[in-house]
Amino acid sequence: MSIDEKTVAKVAKLARIALPEERLAPMTHELNGILNWIEQLQEVDVEGVEAMASSVHAALPLRKDELKTDETGGGRPEEVVANAPRTEDHFFVVPKVVE
Amino acid sequence: MSDPTDLSLAQLRDALAAKDVSSAEATDAYLSKIEGASALNAYVRVEGDKAREAAKASDDRRAKGEAGPLEGVPLGIKDLFCTKGIPSTAASRILEGFTPPYESTVTSNLLRDGAVFLGKLNMDEFAMGSSNETSAFGPVINPWRKSGSNATHIGADGKVEGGLTPGGSSGGSSSAVAAHLCAAATATDTGGSIRQPASLTATVGVKPTYGRCSRWGIVAFASSLDQAGPIARDVRDAAIMLRSMAGHDPKDSTSIDRPVPDYEAALGQGVKGLKVGVPKEYRLDGMPSEIEALWQQGIDWMRDAGAEVVEISLPLTKYALPVYYIVAPAEASSNLARYDGVKYGLRVEDPDIQTMYAKTRAAGFGQEVQRRILIGTYVLSAGYYDAYYLRAQKVRKKIADEMNEAFGSVDLMLTPSTPSAAFGLGEKSSDPVEMYLNDVFTVTANLAGIPGVSVPAGIDAQGLPLGLQLLGRPFDEETLLRGAKAIEDAAGFTARPEKWW
Repeated sequence: MSIDEKTVAKVAKLARIALPEERLAPMTHELNGILNWIEQLQEVDVEGVEAMASSVHAALPLRKDELKTDETGGGRPEEVVANAPRTEDHFFVVPKVVE
Repeated sequence: MSDPTDLSLAQLRDALAAKDVSSAEATDAYLSKIEGASALNAYVRVEGDKAREAAKASDDRRAKGEAGPLEGVPLGIKDLFCTKGIPSTAASRILEGFTPPYESTVTSNLLRDGAVFLGKLNMDEFAMGSSNETSAFGPVINPWRKSGSNATHIGADGKVEGGLTPGGSSGGSSSAVAAHLCAAATATDTGGSIRQPASLTATVGVKPTYGRCSRWGIVAFASSLDQAGPIARDVRDAAIMLRSMAGHDPKDSTSIDRPVPDYEAALGQGVKGLKVGVPKEYRLDGMPSEIEALWQQGIDWMRDAGAEVVEISLPLTKYALPVYYIVAPAEASSNLARYDGVKYGLRVEDPDIQTMYAKTRAAGFGQEVQRRILIGTYVLSAGYYDAYYLRAQKVRKKIADEMNEAFGSVDLMLTPSTPSAAFGLGEKSSDPVEMYLNDVFTVTANLAGIPGVSVPAGIDAQGLPLGLQLLGRPFDEETLLRGAKAIEDAAGFTARPEKWW
């Protein structure tokens, strides 16, 4: 399966990456180089094989649904927004999205 | 006291304990050495003031009798680890100006044990690369150089000419450890990013079992494959580092709750009676004869040390890299969706929010990262998911099963670490797939989640180092490191890069 420029443009849109017109052809060529090489996986018989998402077999651990005061916990709005390019009070500021 | 930067981590630890040297002295010695090695571009950020303060605090702790296992030892930290109050960029423009308000679990563990951080080490952008050329801070240079007239040197304009890669993605870590710009370094390995750079710089790199070290606070690339580990000067140093870095962390749901053994104590046990498998499929067409010869040498060393060496077969080996280049980009495209110009890092303004996202990501991500996000987005998109992503996950399962089955009859596997010695910067950057092939021997360990180590074993005709790789059973890093020590002892590798920078 090879990928054409139209599909690359669509994928770039899905990935939210602005791809300038002059990059479209070279990027398509580069991606096809990778995809053609990956193609060899079609040779492998995967009938009845279970898909593997992780090498960890342990059950996902659960914790109590409560606010923690450690670094993964809430109650730290200043730190959450500290690195944002634009903020107001404890909010991230983005361009207007609702008319 | 002679130059403390000449001491291995173990020797420095002992010298600090004996009060032959203070952490302040060792830290100062490293900082001045780093200053004189800027041509290597190993550090993206040196934290001199913070390091000196930390060293002083460490000396105070020692005076009070509160010394930890790494008390006062100066380390370099790969810029993929979030460090509290110290900018952490993953060598990407998109994380410009990001200063984490938290400390990654692995670096917290090192601080808990008394370590001093010298600064942040260069790397491929988001750990995507095998040569360190994708870094937004420019490539790292390998302190090793070819013998003869085309050797790396500083040109008339003060710039490095003929530089070789230190490998990637942990190229800052490998270069800094090889040039003695830190006692040891943290690194991460998603497809070979610890072992390949270690092999190219004559350092020891350990990729632990998936789940051994917490991933919390490490900038995510491919979450089911990423694992932190050390790059160090020798096997003992790597064992000491790993013990401090490893451990269960409730903040990482894939971190495994198992006791962390004293790896250093296991080193003396040797390999007598162990069974070492040599996978015949790792004998590649066109592999340099020197690597082939070194591999045979390694087999002889293991036999001489009392191990039984047997040939094994892993027929699915050749599919590991193609699987990786579906699974890793798929996970990366999802993980890197968070860089949108809203929460942290770079933003390219536009009145339309969708355009703002797209412009920000185009400006912030380098070409290799963009390629991988696009591949990942494509293989996960409707119509292609089953043919690419699901199929890759199934082949991954078969590869992992094949690997685990082989470990039913052997304790370790012995392979070359890399298909070539260090290559020139720019030599392989035009063809992505050629660059990807660097990880042909290392990537299976990531897919299967098993531990691996690269140990310096020989020097090629051009004077460049070559490594051998050992693979082990899940959570059996002790046997892995015993094997590594046996290779190290037999190889008697003492060569060092001469200073040209």
